[in-house]
Amino acid sequence: MTAHADSKLSYLTSTRTISSWLLTLDHKRIGILYLLTITVFFAIGGIAASMIRLELATPVGDFLQSETYNKTFTLHGVMMIFFFLIPSIPAVLGNFLVPLMIGARDLAFPRLNLFSWYLLIVGASFTVWAVLWGGVDTGWTFYVPYSSVYSNTLVMPAAMGIFITGFSSILTGLNFIVTIHRMRAPGLTWFRLPLFIWAIYATSLLQVLATPVVAVTILLVFMERFMGFAIFDPKNGGDPVLFQHLFWFYSHPAVYIMILPGMGVIPEIIACFSRKRPFGYEFIGFSSFAIAIYGTVVWGHHMFVAGQSAYAATVFSLLSYLVALPSAVKVFNWTATMHKGQISFETPMLYALGFIGLFTIGGLTGLFLGSPGLDVHMHDTYFVVAHFHYVMVGGMVMAYLGGIHFWWPKITGRMYPDGWARLSAILIFVGFNFTFFPQFILGYLGMPRRYHVYEEPFQVLNVMSSAGASVLALGYAFPLTYLLWSLKYGAVAPANPWGAKGLEWTVPSPPTTMNFDTIPIVTEEAYNYEESPFEGPLAPEKVPSHTVALPHASH
Amino acid sequence: MVDQGFSWFPEQASSFAAHVDYLYFFLIVISTLVALGILVFVVYFSVKYRRGSAADRTVSHNHMVHMAIEVTWIAIPFFILMGVFVWSAAIFYELETPPVDAMEVAVIGKQWMWKFQHPSGRREINELHVPLGRSVKLKMISEDVIHDVYVPAFRMKHDVLPGQFTYEWFRATQPGEYYLFCAEYCGTDHSLMKGRVFVLDPGEYEEWLKTTAPQDPPAVAGGKLFDSHSCANCHKDPGVEAKGPSLVGLFGKRVKLDGGRTQVADEAYLRESILRPATKVVAGYKPIMPPSEGLVSEEELNDLIAYLKSLGGPGESEAKP
Repeated sequence: MTAHADSKLSYLTSTRTISSWLLTLDHKRIGILYLLTITVFFAIGGIAASMIRLELATPVGDFLQSETYNKTFTLHGVMMIFFFLIPSIPAVLGNFLVPLMIGARDLAFPRLNLFSWYLLIVGASFTVWAVLWGGVDTGWTFYVPYSSVYSNTLVMPAAMGIFITGFSSILTGLNFIVTIHRMRAPGLTWFRLPLFIWAIYATSLLQVLATPVVAVTILLVFMERFMGFAIFDPKNGGDPVLFQHLFWFYSHPAVYIMILPGMGVIPEIIACFSRKRPFGYEFIGFSSFAIAIYGTVVWGHHMFVAGQSAYAATVFSLLSYLVALPSAVKVFNWTATMHKGQISFETPMLYALGFIGLFTIGGLTGLFLGSPGLDVHMHDTYFVVAHFHYVMVGGMVMAYLGGIHFWWPKITGRMYPDGWARLSAILIFVGFNFTFFPQFILGYLGMPRRYHVYEEPFQVLNVMSSAGASVLALGYAFPLTYLLWSLKYGAVAPANPWGAKGLEWTVPSPPTTMNFDTIPIVTEEAYNYEESPFEGPLAPEKVPSHTVALPHASH
Repeated sequence: MVDQGFSWFPEQASSFAAHVDYLYFFLIVISTLVALGILVFVVYFSVKYRRGSAADRTVSHNHMVHMAIEVTWIAIPFFILMGVFVWSAAIFYELETPPVDAMEVAVIGKQWMWKFQHPSGRREINELHVPLGRSVKLKMISEDVIHDVYVPAFRMKHDVLPGQFTYEWFRATQPGEYYLFCAEYCGTDHSLMKGRVFVLDPGEYEEWLKTTAPQDPPAVAGGKLFDSHSCANCHKDPGVEAKGPSLVGLFGKRVKLDGGRTQVADEAYLRESILRPATKVVAGYKPIMPPSEGLVSEEELNDLIAYLKSLGGPGESEAKP
C-alpha cells in the first residue's frame, strides 16, 4: 500500500475513526457495514436452526416446550429471510461491486445508500427485540387470523421492523437501478455488462415494485389489530385468504429477490475459473428478467389447498411451470460455459459447482410442488421445507459464500488459506445434503412442517437430518474463523489474484476511496477471456498503481 | 398404517393415492435424468478441460449453432413441462371433485382438536370412522384460526377456514388405521392437533354407528332448532303471506336479491344469511331479521343448514319437510 500516493489510499484505512465508518458515504464501506450486520443476523438465525434440529432429534418435546419451539422457528425464518437472505448479495456484494464493475466512483445516491443501512438497523432493532425478548409465534408467514387476532405474542413490533426494513430494500433497489442506468463508464454498453449487473438490475426491479405490497399488507394487519377495521377477520366479514394473496404477492417475488443475485454471482465465478466467456450471455441475462417478470404472477402456487378456486390454481400452476424455463436455461448455459475452458478449482469455483448441483435439485423439486395434483399431498410438509432450503441455502448461501470468497481479496486486500476454504466448501456441501435430503423423504411420508412433536416412524430421517446439520454448522464456523484470521495474517492480495476479467480487477486490492483515478473507457465486453488469454495471477508490483488501464491494455 | 415402523414411502389407502404416486415417480425419473445429465457434463468438462490439459479447445463461434443449442434446451423442457402440467391438472380436478353420491361428514376444527359428525348424527372427536369403498366428502369449517385436514395415506389435504366452508373427499380402499394431521400452523399445540382415521368394512361401520345412544341426524336436529328459534314465524310454506321468504325448495335455487343481483342458494349463502342476514336480502323483503353472528355455534349452523337442505331444492319444492 505504501506504493500509493496519499490521495490514493485504500478505502479501508484512509480514515480510521468510528464516525468515519458510521457516517461514510463510500459504497464499499457501506457494503462492509451490511456484511457485519447480516453476519450477526445469520448467526442468530443459525443458532435458532440448531435448536430446532436439536429438538427434532427425538419425536417428543423434550428440549424445547411447544411455545418456545414455535417462537424459535419463527425467529429462524424471520431473521434468515428478511434480515439475511434479502439483503445478503444485493446489499453486501451489490453495494461493493456495482460501482466498481461499471466504472463509477460511487452509487448514484450515496446518502440514500447510508440511510438504507440505517433503516435496516432501525427495522432490525424492532424485530430482533421482538423475536428475542418475548418472541413471536406466528411463523415468518404471519397468516391471519392467527397473527391478527389469536396470537398473544409480539406480532406487531416484529412486523413493524419488517415494514421499516422493507424501505431499506426499496431504496437500495432504486439506487442500483439509477446507478446502472446513469453511471456506466463510457463504452460500457448493456451487452458488455457483467451478468452480475444484469441480475442485480432485475432484482432491484422486484425490490422496488413488490416490497410496497408487503408494507401495505402489514399496515392492513395493523389497522385490523388496533383500529378494528374488518379486513381479514371472518367474524367481521373479512377474508383470511385475502391476506395470503397479498402476502405471497410480495413473498413469492421475494424468493426471486433472494435467488436472482446468487444467479448473478455464479456466471462471474464460472467464467473466471473456466477462462471462458459465459455460454449464451444474452440468454443468461434475459432469463433474469424473465424470472423477475414471471415471478410476479405465480404467487397462487402457495395456495393450492388454501381455498382459492380450482381454475385459479390451474392458471398459477401453468405460470409456475413457465418460470421454471429461464432457471433451466441458466443452469444449462453455466454448465456449457465450462466446455473447452481452462478449468481450475479454487474455493469460489467449488462453491459455484456446489450451487449448480444443489440449485438443480431445488429447482427440480419445485416442479413437484408446482403441480397442484402432487402439491395437495406435499403442501406444508417437510418436502416443501427441503425444497426451499435447497434453493435458499443450497443455492443462495452457496452463491453468497462463493461470492465472498471470490471478491474477498478485493474487499480486504488479503488472501485466505485456500486449503481450509476448500475443505469448508466441501463440508458445507456434504453437511447440507445430509441435513436436507432426508426431509424430501419425510415430506412425502407425510410429516407436516412446524411440528414440535412428531410420530415415531419419522424419527430415523429426523436423526439423519439433525446429524447432517451439525456437519453443516461446523462448515459455516470455518469461514468465519479463517476469514477473520486472514485480515491480519493472510497474504497480501494482488489486484487480480484469480486472473479475472472485469473492471473491479483493474484497480488495487483493496480499492482506493475513489475507485478509479480516471474513469475508464471500455472497449470490450466483460468476459474477453478468449481473445486475451490469461496466464497466471499478476504479482502485486505488476499492477499499475496509479493509472487505471483499459481492461485489455495491460497485455 | 399407524403401527408400522420406519418406512420410505407412505401406504396407498385411497382411490386416487396411486394416481398421485404415478406422477410422483414420473417426476422423480425426469428429475434424476436431468440432474444426472448435468452432473455428467460438469464432471466430464471438469476432467477433460482442467487447466493445462491437452484437450482440443478450438471454439466454434457459429451463431446458428449456438442458437440451435439454446432453442433445443428451451423447447424440450417446455414440452415436458406442459405434459406434466396437463397430467397434474387432471389429477387435481379428480381430487377437487367429490362424487355427487358421497357421504357427507361435517368437520369442525378448533385450537387444538377435531370434531366430526356423521350423517346418522353420531359425533366423535379426533377420531374419524369411515366405511371402506364409500366416497366420503368432508364439509369443513374452523371455529378460530386456519387449520388443515391432512391424511397422508389418502394423499388428501385441504385448509379449514373460519367463516367459510371448504370441502375435500376420499374413497378409502384399504381397511386400517391412518394418521390425520393438522397441516396448517395454528398456534401453540399445532403438532398435537391430530387424530386417526379408521377405515372399517361397511358392515362394521354400521355396527360402530350403533355403539352409542342414537343421536338426531343433523337435519332433524336442525328442524328442532328451527322450531325453538321460532324461525317459522317469518319463514312459512310457499304461497303463505309472511315477513320472510319461504325456505322450502330453496337449496341450490337462484335467488333474486334486493337491488337486482341474483345468488345461488348454496351452503355459503345459507350460512351468511343466518349469521348476517342484512348482507344479501331477498328481493321484496325488508332487512328485519336479526343477525345471529356469535349466537349460534358451528354445530348448530351445520344442523340448520342440513335442515334447510332437507326442505328440497329447485323442482322438488312440493316435497314437504
